[in-house]
Amino acid sequence: MKRRALRAALPYTLPVCVGYVVLGMSYGFLMRTRGFSLAMPIIMSVVVFAGSMQFAAGEVLLAPFDPLYALFLTLAVNARHLFYGVSMLEKYRNTGRKKVYLIYGMSDETFTVNCAVTPPEGVDRGWFMFFVTLLNQAYWVLGTAAGAVLGDVLRFDTTGIEFVMAALFLVMMLNQWEEAEDHGPALIGLGASAVCLAVLGRDGFMIPAMALIAVFCLLGRKRGEGA
Amino acid sequence: MVLTVGIISAGTLLTRFLPFLIFPEGKTPPPVVTYLGKVLPHAMMAFLVVYCLRDAPSSASHGLPEALAMAFIFILHKWKKNTLLSIGGGTILYMLLVQHLI
Repeated sequence: MKRRALRAALPYTLPVCVGYVVLGMSYGFLMRTRGFSLAMPIIMSVVVFAGSMQFAAGEVLLAPFDPLYALFLTLAVNARHLFYGVSMLEKYRNTGRKKVYLIYGMSDETFTVNCAVTPPEGVDRGWFMFFVTLLNQAYWVLGTAAGAVLGDVLRFDTTGIEFVMAALFLVMMLNQWEEAEDHGPALIGLGASAVCLAVLGRDGFMIPAMALIAVFCLLGRKRGEGA
Repeated sequence: MVLTVGIISAGTLLTRFLPFLIFPEGKTPPPVVTYLGKVLPHAMMAFLVVYCLRDAPSSASHGLPEALAMAFIFILHKWKKNTLLSIGGGTILYMLLVQHLI
């Protein structure tokens, strides 16, 4: 049962593998150049496992100890996980003890795959999602370790390879679009995020965009009931 | 520094576990949460597309390579409907664009 789930999960994690290994390496290397020990970036990738937060945390860890700032920055950068959780309440149901790890390891990319992919017939859903989560984190930790130990060793030009994440999100969105009867939520997500980005800029758009998404989704529910 | 790592880790854990702690498996969540659970995946996937391209509009090339690669993925995916092909093809096109052309 586990082998089948692993074999089914593997192909879906390959794009994440490319992105995580390269980004993980640049994270590990960056932390070393900032003077952190070999272990620090690896520990961060194991216990925190949140890409953009780890990059942001580099500054926080070097600054004088400021627990409140560290906490608020973390909550602000990771607030989107709350919406992932609400989205996965149903899918992560009845997965037994694996559930704790499924939630612990829910990065943007792991959420994306587990949320948008229905495992093939005869494959256990819980184990499928478990292996997606485990493989993804393994790529990230291995990439981090390689970057921390070896430094900048990639001998080919990887400029632009981070686009693999955007491509993953777009293709998963297109797959969801095909399956959905109501395209309202996707359009709300696209519209609210794009407008907030245009008006507020890259650093301040995330929380307002999430708030707008929640408000418009709830308004859509009201309208649906009235009709 | 160890304490700061602990705080960052705890904050991240909180954002990931909170919904599951508020609405545990035994209890049926209120209808509005079930509703959000159905619509948010679609909205958040669109959000993630914008989120990871947030640097594109203000970049030197004004997001042209991103736009071209996204359009290419859209057409390729409509045509072949192969997830890995679309992701790989789009990424390679984007890398060619930013490394050699734009």
